[in-house]
Amino acid sequence: MPEIKVTPLGAGQDVGRSCILVSIGGKNIMLDCGMHMGYNDDRRFPDFSYITQNGRLTDFLDCLIISHFHLDHCGALPYMSEMVGYDGPIYMTHPTKAICPILLEDFRKITVDKKGETNFFTSQMIKDCMKKVIPLNLHQTVQVDDELEIKAYYAGHVLGAAMVHIKVGSESVVYTGDYNMTPDRHLGAAWIDKCRPDILISESTYATTIRDSKRCRERDFLKKVHESIERGGKVLIPVFALGRAQELCILLETFWERMNLKAPIYFSTGLTEKANHYYKLFITWTNQKIRKTFVQRNMFEFKHIKAFDRSYADNPGPMVVFATPGMLHAGQSLQIFKKWAGNEKNMVIMPGYCVQGTIGHKILNGQRKLEMEGRATLDVKLQVEYMSFSAHADAKGIMQLIRMAEPRNMLLVHGEAVKMEFLKGKIEQEFSIDCYMPANGETTTVTTNPSVPVDISLNLLKREMALGGPLPDPKKPRTMHGTLIMKENSLKLVSSEQALKELGLNEHQLRFTCHVQLQDPHSDADTLHRIYTHLKSVLKGYTIQHLPDGTVIVESIVIKVSSSAEDSNTKVLLLSWSYQEVLNILKRSK
Amino acid sequence: MKLYCLSGHPTLPCNVLKFKSTTIMLDCGLDTTSVLNFLPLPLVHSPRLSKLPGWVSKDGTINLEKELKECAGRVFVDAQPEFCLPERELLDLSTIDVILISNYHCMMALPYITEHTGFTGTVYATEPTLQIGRLLMEELVNFMERVPKAQSATSWKNKEIQRMLPGPLKDAVDVWMWKRCYSMQEVNSALSKVQLVGYSQKVELFGAVQVSPLSSGYSLGSSNWIIQSHHEKVSYVSGSSLLTTHPQPMDQSSLKNSDVLILTGLTQMPTANPDGMLGEFCSNLAMTIRAGGNVLVPCYSSGVIYDLLECLYQFIESANLGTTPFYFISPIANSSLEFSQIFAEWLCHNKQTKVYLPEPPFPHAELIQTNKLKHYPSIHGDFSSEFRQPCVVFTGHPSLRFGDVVHFMELWGKSSLNTIIFTEPDFSYLDALAPYQPLAMKCVYCPIDTRLNFHQVSKLLKEVQPLHVVCPEQYTQPPLTQSHRSDLMLELQPPPMPYRRCSVLNLPFRRRYERIYILPECAVIVALT
Repeated sequence: MPEIKVTPLGAGQDVGRSCILVSIGGKNIMLDCGMHMGYNDDRRFPDFSYITQNGRLTDFLDCLIISHFHLDHCGALPYMSEMVGYDGPIYMTHPTKAICPILLEDFRKITVDKKGETNFFTSQMIKDCMKKVIPLNLHQTVQVDDELEIKAYYAGHVLGAAMVHIKVGSESVVYTGDYNMTPDRHLGAAWIDKCRPDILISESTYATTIRDSKRCRERDFLKKVHESIERGGKVLIPVFALGRAQELCILLETFWERMNLKAPIYFSTGLTEKANHYYKLFITWTNQKIRKTFVQRNMFEFKHIKAFDRSYADNPGPMVVFATPGMLHAGQSLQIFKKWAGNEKNMVIMPGYCVQGTIGHKILNGQRKLEMEGRATLDVKLQVEYMSFSAHADAKGIMQLIRMAEPRNMLLVHGEAVKMEFLKGKIEQEFSIDCYMPANGETTTVTTNPSVPVDISLNLLKREMALGGPLPDPKKPRTMHGTLIMKENSLKLVSSEQALKELGLNEHQLRFTCHVQLQDPHSDADTLHRIYTHLKSVLKGYTIQHLPDGTVIVESIVIKVSSSAEDSNTKVLLLSWSYQEVLNILKRSK
Repeated sequence: MKLYCLSGHPTLPCNVLKFKSTTIMLDCGLDTTSVLNFLPLPLVHSPRLSKLPGWVSKDGTINLEKELKECAGRVFVDAQPEFCLPERELLDLSTIDVILISNYHCMMALPYITEHTGFTGTVYATEPTLQIGRLLMEELVNFMERVPKAQSATSWKNKEIQRMLPGPLKDAVDVWMWKRCYSMQEVNSALSKVQLVGYSQKVELFGAVQVSPLSSGYSLGSSNWIIQSHHEKVSYVSGSSLLTTHPQPMDQSSLKNSDVLILTGLTQMPTANPDGMLGEFCSNLAMTIRAGGNVLVPCYSSGVIYDLLECLYQFIESANLGTTPFYFISPIANSSLEFSQIFAEWLCHNKQTKVYLPEPPFPHAELIQTNKLKHYPSIHGDFSSEFRQPCVVFTGHPSLRFGDVVHFMELWGKSSLNTIIFTEPDFSYLDALAPYQPLAMKCVYCPIDTRLNFHQVSKLLKEVQPLHVVCPEQYTQPPLTQSHRSDLMLELQPPPMPYRRCSVLNLPFRRRYERIYILPECAVIVALT
């Protein structure tokens, strides 16, 4: 029986560094190629030596698919393709292809220029890597080769995020990447058709959470920002340049407008304006409401939100600042955080998930004294708030997706082991399907049971229909005779005559014969004639022929008469019939 | 397998394919050339058009003063313009399972087919086709409803009377089938039946047939269609282009191995080279402006206009037209310009690269930003106060029978300084101009039709090698006016199967195999023995 194998190199019982290997129908596919934000050493990238120790990855992988532009899903891409070595096809959607290199470059700058790391990929490597990318359109079936096909579905989460359906013959796997089952202020909800994959590989970031309604969270968020501003505090919102940032900007923009607020809102420079342009040009990837009204009013042209300059951080008075990156692990958000952390009037709102090892993760866990580089410590006095705005499916959403796709098996990645365990139980109970949650480097094997496609000759079908009425008739199963030919990896069901012809074989007939002796004084010809007349009278409703060459044929049974050499009165009756006739006779006698 | 041909217009096709017990309509083109028989609908009261004499036959026996008016030596119907619909009697339209749309010009009859016929199926189209198609329908409805004409004319359609009318009314066919424009409500209802598809998406119909759109290179989101089962393949090629303009290039290789290839929508201007026409367009435009005249470009609000604007973007500075105002007037002008910028996935590679920067793919964004191009929903309102001459105006409808263009004809027709430049190939420019004669205005005919010409199509067919080709009968003989040009027709071996309006063709298929599946349990037994 064929098997599908799934091995996470990253994201196995873990969030960050998504990278999953799938072997299906003799093809090897890598899903995502992310880096871990919490590490600065080798553990940052997936362990590609698992695939091959020395040799290029191209020989072992048929394709690489990137689900979206977050660095924990694409951050290791230039490292893999240019430093380890991979020249095969890389697939991602248009928005991902547009935005991914910008984030990679940004990340490279922080790592190499600011932190001074060496042995890291270069700008040129990012460019060379992006040249290998083939853009994917939603719902387009892309034929990677003759047998492997992939198809992208809308995943919500961030601009251009996609789920992907991978199919070889009748076996298939769906990988969700990160997704969101409820539409938000700027993106739509993930959707997939009832494709019944053998395995559904789903993220499970919020495996145990069933989140309250979005409206409540939004109201909470606005209230907190508003209170802080009222008492003259500064609000820092660490975000990734694209994604949550735009959703929260739309939220604050409309709130400022409605409440007529004057405190400035800033967005850390560079990327932002560009980011908003991407949203305008890829508006078909946003939610229905924004798409419908974009001609009249483009939601991504903000009136109240202005570009941030580093010097503004020391300005007196209240302000709201969106700064990158989102987990406070480096860059501008961290700089501002250090400046504002000492004042209890200020506030930091973490709108998304933070991976272990980042400052974001530490302060969310209540740590109030942080060790900074060079042994300095930082007292955290400002208010720390967590609001889960990151667009991941919650437990309810994951169950909803399972109902949509109807997979035969479920596999969880991109989540914490304890939470996965809980969700696994729930899934197995509710859907009675197997659910797996392999750790990194651990392989899950699923046996599949695909039907075998066969081409049936139309002549054969027609002959069957002429014999027994239209086909197929689900109420009356029946037997039909044909020959199965296996040729050039395909199967054909044809009539035996055609099979002989195609294979160049001679037909061998199997006939049964027997001799019957009887006493009859007449000539051979007369005896035969008497038999003929007798049979005619006895066997009504059968075709009986007397042929001039001295044979009588009853249906396909041949009868001949000869005299014995010793005694001309002893006649020998020769009977011969084919094996099919036996069946016919048996059938009739029923 | 049968093909029912409901339209005789080769570039506005409407065919129905019965394939493996599914009934598939291929395109829903609306023949609008019928509107040329009607009087223009002026936006502003026109003393000239309102005082035209009614028509009475020479012997005085037929008096149709109310319905028919004599204008510039011709007779026109004085009523809301009507369109020639696809044939509705050839087969029961309620049996249609799906409608496949190839491009936004070929879906304008959709509301007539999906509404009031019992149609319960699904329409498949790409997103740009749906969005721009919706805009064009909206525009058409708007043009009609802005100038309501209560009166309808039916007496002239009586066979006995029509026979007595002067040409070309006398020769108009199927006039009883002509219908007024649909309403916005019907448009919305029709378009709610559209299901969006992407290029190379495989759509399963009832498990029997798989259909898949392919890029055809003609306009934003335009597609050819593959209709196939496991062993039979029909390609539907409609409105394709091999020229490099703004859309994604044509996907040719997927058309290979077809049993039957249905070929429609070739260029209507086989002898006019689009690049040459574009050059002529620019030079005539510059000449008129320099002489102090105005330029009127009657055009559709989407499609070639994007290329014209791009061409002008490069041309304006070099031709010293930097201060000349360019106006685009249409109820959908703004939407059309905005929508063109958001379909990165459907654009040619160069334009896609621009979006990655991120910059708008079409340079008309910059023309608008620098105030060189202004767009207005109509001549009323802001336009009338901001309008400066000499200028260039792009506006519809290219038939010159309705839309804002009628006003500019009345306004500028009397001066020989002005020029009208025809760029759309759908209407004979002489017929379009007929009710405005005598004209002092200069007329230039630069039809730009980027669809396949006969040379390109024969090369394509050699490449993809279909077993049989089906095409409109017009393609199997040289054009009437150029009967010696045997290069302007399809010559194939075996010869193409021609169709005309109301033809029913039996498509030649040699089916030999059918796909079945063996259960895995059974396959194991087979493998063991």
